Amino acid sequence: MARVVGGLTTSHIPAIGNAVPKEKELVNDPYWKEFFAAYPPARAWVQKVKPDVAVVIYNDHGLNFFLDKMPTFAIGAAAEYRNADEGWGIPTIPPFKGDPELSWHIIESLVEDEFDITTCQEMLVDHGFTVPMSLFWPNNSYGGVKTIPVCINTVQHPLPSPLRCFKLGQAIGRAIESYPKDLKVVVLGTGGLSHQLDGERAGFINKKFDLMCLDKIVNEPEALTKYSIPELVLEAGAQGAEFILWLAMRGVLHNKVTKIHSSYHVAISNTATGLLVLENAA
Amino acid sequence: MSVMTHHDLLIPGTYMFDGKAAMKGYALNKMCYSFNEAKNRDEFLKDEDAYCRKYGLTDEQREAIRERNVLALIHAGGCIYYLAKFAGIFHLTVQDVGAQQTGMSVEEFKKMLKAQGD
Repeated sequence: MARVVGGLTTSHIPAIGNAVPKEKELVNDPYWKEFFAAYPPARAWVQKVKPDVAVVIYNDHGLNFFLDKMPTFAIGAAAEYRNADEGWGIPTIPPFKGDPELSWHIIESLVEDEFDITTCQEMLVDHGFTVPMSLFWPNNSYGGVKTIPVCINTVQHPLPSPLRCFKLGQAIGRAIESYPKDLKVVVLGTGGLSHQLDGERAGFINKKFDLMCLDKIVNEPEALTKYSIPELVLEAGAQGAEFILWLAMRGVLHNKVTKIHSSYHVAISNTATGLLVLENAA
Repeated sequence: MSVMTHHDLLIPGTYMFDGKAAMKGYALNKMCYSFNEAKNRDEFLKDEDAYCRKYGLTDEQREAIRERNVLALIHAGGCIYYLAKFAGIFHLTVQDVGAQQTGMSVEEFKKMLKAQGD
């Protein structure tokens, strides 16, 4: 049977996408040093567990979806996913392999479980997907892992609640672990932590709230599902609402997890960055 | 229990991009979405106002585009994720955009970001 081996979360700031190809030089740069120093333990864990599949829970920032049709939850069912320059020049990188058979298994299981998602046989993936993949599989070494994009709307309110996203994660977890093939699956939740790009409140960061979230998501995620979206925007900033993606990731994992690694750094670009590696209890 | 809508929770300096904003800003955001493609960015740069008219922007939206005024674009229904593609044409970073909206210099804005980590 397929098994969820663990979860990875990281911020997905576009500036990181531009920095990743220059990481060798930037590890000594005062601005980037602390950020990049946090990743080797996460990469070592990925190398150790060698997942066959990565389910990537992220948000599209206006590359694949426009306001004409805006799904709350969308899932990829393609054999391959590509990125694009997004209008401001993020590097285009080699395509990601899909796993349509597992995608359709998850889709069937989710709808059976009353999550009526949008299915996508063509889907461009943006920095919310590509930056974390480039961070955890450096030098674009993700060729050996198949991917399944799961996109949650954070563009247009109303956004799905933290509780709903956590429950979606739980349903994805049930779907994966009922798949008959012997596969190791890792789940990524991307984005966050606190940040706000728009309005006079731009630049808002809330370290105290972020550190509380980083701590509670390990063993008490239910406590975090009690926030409403407006409360999350108040505490974490307009784009800090991306924390719902982390909660969806946490829902996929078992109740009991082991924290392998975590890190927090203020700031890259306008964002408080967070990193977390959780291993599912056997 | 009453249902709290996004408009009821007033966070100073924060604009929830909800259905109301999405309707108001549809043409503006559609134009900015088109900037995902290089050929559209080139066409915009050749004649900015003609491109705005092609997408049916209002006078208010066209003026905010001319002035590169991000706050005015948000007031006119712009969503920051699509506006970022407009800002990208002029190589404006999110710090540039943040500084513009908060009335700080870019250096002051960066200092403010860093200080919140202390």
